[in-house]
Amino acid sequence: MSTLKRYQFPALIIALILLAAMPADLTGLGIPWTGFKRYGLYIISLWLVTAIAAMGVNLIMGYAGQETLAQAAFLGIGAYTMALLTTKLGVPYFVAFAAAGALCFVVGILLGFPALRVQKHYLAFVTLAFAVFVWLFIRNEQWLTGGVFGIQDVPRPVIFGIKTRPPLVFYWFVLFMTVVLAAVMWWLLRSPWGRAFTALRENPVRAESLGIDVRSYKLLAFAVGSAYGGFAGALYAPLVEFIDPAPFALGPSLYYLLMILVGGMGYFLGPFVGAAVGVLIPEWLRFTEGLAPIIFAVIVMIMVALAPRGILGLIEQLLTPKRRPHSDVTGPTLGAGATLTKSSAEKVTS
Amino acid sequence: MKIDRFGFVFGALVLATGVAMPAMAQDVIKIPNIIELSGGGAPVGQMWKNGSTMAVEEINAKGGILGKKIQMEFVDTASDPGKARAGVQRALDDKPMAIFGPIYSGSVNVTLKLTNEAEVPQIMGGEAAPLTAQGSKYLFRTSFGQNVSMPKIAQYLKDGVKAQTVAVVYQNNDFGKGGRNAIIPELEKRGIKVAADLSTEPGQADFAPDVVKVKAANADAIFVYLTEEESARFLIEAKKQGVTKPLIGETTLLGQKVIDLAKDAAEGVKGHVGLTADADNPLVKDYDKKFTAKYGHRSDHNGMKGYMAPYMLKAAVEKAGKWDPKAIAAALHGLTIDPAKEPGILLNGTWDENGDIDRESYLAEVKGGKQVIVQTLPKLKP
Amino acid sequence: MTDFLQLVISGLATGAIYALAAIGFTLLWQTTQTINFAQGEFMMLPAFFALAAMRWAGAPFWLACIVAILCSVLVLGIGYKKIIIDPLRGQPGLAVVISTLALAIFLKDSVKDIYSAEAQPFPTILPDTMLSFGGVNISLAQIGVLVVATVVILVLNWFLTQTRTGRQMQATAQNPTVAKILGVDIDRMVLYTFLINAALAGMASLLISPIYLAKFSNGEVLGLAAFVAAIVGGFNQVRGAIVGGLVIGVVDNLAAAYVSTAYRQAVPLVLLVLVILFRPQGILGRKEERTV
Repeated sequence: MSTLKRYQFPALIIALILLAAMPADLTGLGIPWTGFKRYGLYIISLWLVTAIAAMGVNLIMGYAGQETLAQAAFLGIGAYTMALLTTKLGVPYFVAFAAAGALCFVVGILLGFPALRVQKHYLAFVTLAFAVFVWLFIRNEQWLTGGVFGIQDVPRPVIFGIKTRPPLVFYWFVLFMTVVLAAVMWWLLRSPWGRAFTALRENPVRAESLGIDVRSYKLLAFAVGSAYGGFAGALYAPLVEFIDPAPFALGPSLYYLLMILVGGMGYFLGPFVGAAVGVLIPEWLRFTEGLAPIIFAVIVMIMVALAPRGILGLIEQLLTPKRRPHSDVTGPTLGAGATLTKSSAEKVTS
Repeated sequence: MKIDRFGFVFGALVLATGVAMPAMAQDVIKIPNIIELSGGGAPVGQMWKNGSTMAVEEINAKGGILGKKIQMEFVDTASDPGKARAGVQRALDDKPMAIFGPIYSGSVNVTLKLTNEAEVPQIMGGEAAPLTAQGSKYLFRTSFGQNVSMPKIAQYLKDGVKAQTVAVVYQNNDFGKGGRNAIIPELEKRGIKVAADLSTEPGQADFAPDVVKVKAANADAIFVYLTEEESARFLIEAKKQGVTKPLIGETTLLGQKVIDLAKDAAEGVKGHVGLTADADNPLVKDYDKKFTAKYGHRSDHNGMKGYMAPYMLKAAVEKAGKWDPKAIAAALHGLTIDPAKEPGILLNGTWDENGDIDRESYLAEVKGGKQVIVQTLPKLKP
Repeated sequence: MTDFLQLVISGLATGAIYALAAIGFTLLWQTTQTINFAQGEFMMLPAFFALAAMRWAGAPFWLACIVAILCSVLVLGIGYKKIIIDPLRGQPGLAVVISTLALAIFLKDSVKDIYSAEAQPFPTILPDTMLSFGGVNISLAQIGVLVVATVVILVLNWFLTQTRTGRQMQATAQNPTVAKILGVDIDRMVLYTFLINAALAGMASLLISPIYLAKFSNGEVLGLAAFVAAIVGGFNQVRGAIVGGLVIGVVDNLAAAYVSTAYRQAVPLVLLVLVILFRPQGILGRKEERTV
């Protein structure tokens, strides 16, 4: 379909090899590269975990044209599920991992079902309320969640006898899980189901007239996207080895919108680019002694003005010769409750 | 033209590195300061930063510590424990001699294991009781933990206020909830009934419902454990609704900032104060003057905590006789720093094997828009 | 009962301020279909304009208030439109959301770094005299807030319905295409809404800062409250925003006193969800306001 999309697959393979090898100490192989220290490994692992959650948001917003303001809350549900099941009940890692995703999927269905009954932006508002509620729950129910003190010493799993406690091993584990989840997403989007809501995004009226049940597709997309938030949370908890309510508040949820937009909404790799901007830039800026938020905000405002379709959108535009027809259907036009063009999707009210 | 500009930039770079090199040499010790510079803890972090900067400038002006100058590197935690952990992790990768901060107890809580594992002393500002109870041999307080201050408050409520019932108002974060969890058993131990147990939000602006509830509890005294601004807003609302029962608090209720913000609503508030720039002590008065002259505003207890941290390091290194993280930590355990020998420490203090501090503290009252020290409580183990 | 009245009255005073910000939300939504996620910071900043005028230029308080409103109109009205919104015209709505989120961070941290991280006392326009009505204590300042907010809202309502410019603005909001055909200068009308929003934010800031103290992070709470108020009241109605603001102010206070202080933030949001599910157009909103 586009130049960029044709190169996605080979680029992915090269990127994977680089990602696996880059943080390791390669001096043993005769390459003068000592790899990353603990901090570098932590940041690059955090980037992948964030990208998984962002993939979920991309599915909901970039492909299914819905809005979510609660991805950090789902991350929280996943992280607390993981932390509680492993620290208090001693449940094996992968069982807890599946439980985290499943719980978020079910909550997603329960939350999306009534919200999708009403108008377009109301899923955004309902998720906003939900995000605040989850955060309050985690803060206040100390008997279960540890309240503001959080949960300490979340264990890193032992997988087939391999201890993932060392940072490099855990990074490889996160990378492996990321690849698996990305592959599942890739497959989902290419399945008849995935094609259905790509059709839905491109032309909702036509999709509906072809007999696609718009509402249940949107609901499923929301639930699956939320489950990705849960999976990310289940990796986040053992990565940080400690969780508290702060990263799961409303603010971080809004942050995911930012990453999705800056990366490139509706591009498969958009979440990875967006997460890189959202995680790595603030880390680099941390040594500016508190000026980081201002610099970051200015960077974002400039990026949005120069590349409103995100970094990947900009690259695609630069790579594509100027014969682009002026169509507005490549990306959903709706943000969190904001729209500049009245879309017919808004009529999904019955 | 292009080459010219390239040459110019290249030359400038070479020159810059050349000039920068001597400063990077061996006689400078880098101390990472991982503190709250943005987010909810920004006011606290700014105070600490100012205090510690002033102390390091003084130390360097007098030749540094064992002939080495100190250079601080400030890293922002964004008031988020996860980010604080990443910051400390990064600092530890460079094998520092010591780490300063964080100040928020939650952030200290998630980093203390890292410094303990890496065997690097961590001089921090957290006050939550459990921090020093986790067996780290590398964690040091700059102020009382709630494990020390809360029993003093409870005793004061019993003997000084003669309260039989107390309403507890706290802030729902690690600071406030930690204090609440520490004081309630202390009150019960002394036969004082807790008439109300009210949680409030950090950053809360409107305290009307909370004051209504406090009034309804009709306790003999109200224990207010909020940070400064929230304290001020609570006091303003309490005055508005005509609360007459004694309002008792800790350092954060009686600070100059609260008095400035709440004005006459702060009048008559009493409590226990660990560190205060109002202490009747020539060294503290001198510090207060220097700080105000340098930064244009007065220091609070967090500024004092930040100011003491480099001097704690100095005393420990000098006792150890060498720059070595393990030796510094070992030297600080059981060390008494006397202001007669090290004026920068301001108050005579002793650090025990847990890193807890013992020093004098004060009972104070707000009178005529000023904090007045009513009584000086001596060190527990003089 | 006196407690109840006490809570309702202090809730109304807070709610009136939410209403001012919610009206701005509503106006901008009507004319540009954008949501300003920095609205809370718009209510934080003008107080610092006033403080800066007093501290660095030695202006008396009344002059500082005028300076604050003027700066607010200039920076948060014209500046906001020209620098943030205009370059994004024709772009996906999400772009505006993200840009205003970044703007919120920018404003907040600029105030923190340039002025101060500490909360600042702010002078009151009215004296803090306490009046007592049968056990209910109300400060004169609180009554002042209610009066000023009511007057501002009445004037605005008069302007929108009774003047030619106001009616042109409404026409622009309801149907820009037809308005344009009828010869309305749409660009000018849109600019007016930005100016009005900024002026309202400035008023709200001057009213709320004596009570809340001026602090860089005040916008976080205020923005969300005003946003919820606007949705609850009905996003397409100025009257709705007023009712929404007052309802949220009162409900918040009553919830904290009678439900739970720990979950007080959740109660207005529960109201929000109920309104969305059962009356999606808001308490006073009209259904299908915009038909193209």
